[in-house]
Amino acid sequence: MSASPLQARELTVGYDGRVVVDGLSLEIPRGLITVVVGANGCGKSTLLRALARLLKPRAGAVLLDGREIDRLPSKEVAKRLGLLPQSPSAPDGMTVEDLVARGRYPHQGLFRQWSERDEAAVEAALAATETTELRARPIDELSGGQRQRVWIAMTLAQETELLLLDEPTTFLDLAHQIDVLELLDGLVAERGRTVVMVLHDINQACRYADHLVAMCGGRIHAAGPPADVVDAAFIRDVFGLEAEVIEDPVTGTPLCLPTTTSRRTTTRC
Amino acid sequence: MTGGRVVVRRGPVSLRVDLRVALALAAVSAGVLAALVASVSVGEFGIPIGDVVATLAGAGDQATEFIVLDLRLPRALVAVLSGAALGLAGAIFQAATRNPLVSPDVIGVSGGAAVAAVAVIVFSSTASAVAVPLAALAGAIAAGAGLYALAWRGGVDGLRLVLVGIGVAALAQAGVWYVMTQGRIFEVAEAYLWLIGSVNGRGWEHVWPLAATLAVLAPAIVATGRRLDALALGDDLARSLGVAVERSRLLLLATAVVLTAVAVAATGPIGFVAFVAPHLARRMRPGVSAQGLLPLAAGCGALLVVISDLAGRLAFAPTELPVGIVTSVLAAPYFLVLLRRASRVGVAG
Repeated sequence: MSASPLQARELTVGYDGRVVVDGLSLEIPRGLITVVVGANGCGKSTLLRALARLLKPRAGAVLLDGREIDRLPSKEVAKRLGLLPQSPSAPDGMTVEDLVARGRYPHQGLFRQWSERDEAAVEAALAATETTELRARPIDELSGGQRQRVWIAMTLAQETELLLLDEPTTFLDLAHQIDVLELLDGLVAERGRTVVMVLHDINQACRYADHLVAMCGGRIHAAGPPADVVDAAFIRDVFGLEAEVIEDPVTGTPLCLPTTTSRRTTTRC
Repeated sequence: MTGGRVVVRRGPVSLRVDLRVALALAAVSAGVLAALVASVSVGEFGIPIGDVVATLAGAGDQATEFIVLDLRLPRALVAVLSGAALGLAGAIFQAATRNPLVSPDVIGVSGGAAVAAVAVIVFSSTASAVAVPLAALAGAIAAGAGLYALAWRGGVDGLRLVLVGIGVAALAQAGVWYVMTQGRIFEVAEAYLWLIGSVNGRGWEHVWPLAATLAVLAPAIVATGRRLDALALGDDLARSLGVAVERSRLLLLATAVVLTAVAVAATGPIGFVAFVAPHLARRMRPGVSAQGLLPLAAGCGALLVVISDLAGRLAFAPTELPVGIVTSVLAAPYFLVLLRRASRVGVAG
């Protein structure tokens, strides 16, 4: 088994005629949080979708524990890798508990539809996301923050070592954003899960990432611990923004303070 | 567990039964059975319910036996089975496209059957009792296959399938009109009657194909209902839960097309049943999983067609209304209620 549970090797992915991810190689470190950042259209969501085998590579491969992901049975992959897409939607009237239970799909079969382990996994997922009291409520009645916690609970019930999330904090207010990020941080710290997520906010990325991957024009611009890679030049290159980077007084991680307010400089990518 | 559920676990087998769904299913089944008996009992020559039951048990006199077993029972059974097939088909179409407004009528599957059947009725000199159903069957399957092929672009997206389906339905309608302008009045009248959808005069030869198709497909569909549940979360999540999305959707759509085809072949296109039955089922238990929804929708479809047929026979007796007129009359106001509700809460269904 390779040290990295999920790798991209010379990965090229695109839609129709357009190449979005271009010959990219990447190793996701086990048991840590990897955050993918980059300007709009840099290919970060596409990379995440390809890592979750939602998109077929044009060239290269995604390796799950060293084996090509497209050659593995889809249920086997689903037992090891879970994904939360950007804005998931649940059928009308579905309750929290039913939605979370859907995460058990890859572990179930025609005759094994609700084992003790299924039940335990759902209970644990509800407890970990503090949604146990919401269990009987329909999803459509929940607030945005509660809903996102429930979706995360569904992916937790899947009991995968790897968890991929595409902008899990979008549409949430600041308190709920921090809630979700703390929850994911706890999962990694306490349960040894490996998390890969796309985030928009570079400062949150710096706070929560163990490993930061910055994308630029479908390639990796820089990767490593935030403190090693994020500085003013990095912000200029990746986001096309003049900024001062200081030490975050709370966490000691890089904190990016934009200095230009009106005019953007052009990105290098 | 919350929500009134019973868990059964024996060795490697584990199941969870939603009691409210089981109760609803029992109620619908009882309703279908009662409507079936009533449908056999009521008519120009009334037969007391006791005699109906006795005859079904094999203890009736010869005249009653003839009316019950040869005339009314097959008709009532065709109503039950075609209704169940349409209800199932509608539930699958709606779930697989994630669109509560979809039904085989809307996306041209029934339309394909209509063109073929009407063409046989109008153009063939010997429009036999076998040729028309076979044509309808072939037409529906051809329309379903064409629809899938046209909607395919490296995968089939629910919305694209619906849009292409509306095109297929329009094309089929044009085909029906064309055939109608080419025919003679007697044949055109017969074709019109077929287009409304009726169970009048249906015999055992119509019951068996329906019964056989349902016996083969229904258990398979309910067993794979879990895939529909995963698909209901959207393609991305379904795939990441380990569902082979395209293959599952093709399989499910193909089954729904076959169910529609067999039902339409037996009765003509009975309108609105496939659309309304899943909505009624969801009303009974909001948020129900596919394994509960599918049998409930089948039951609602069956109930709708049997009761509509009964109403059509009684409303203007001795003149009979074809069942297709009654289902449309019953369903139209329901459709409006649904749309009102939908515009109020922002979502349909």
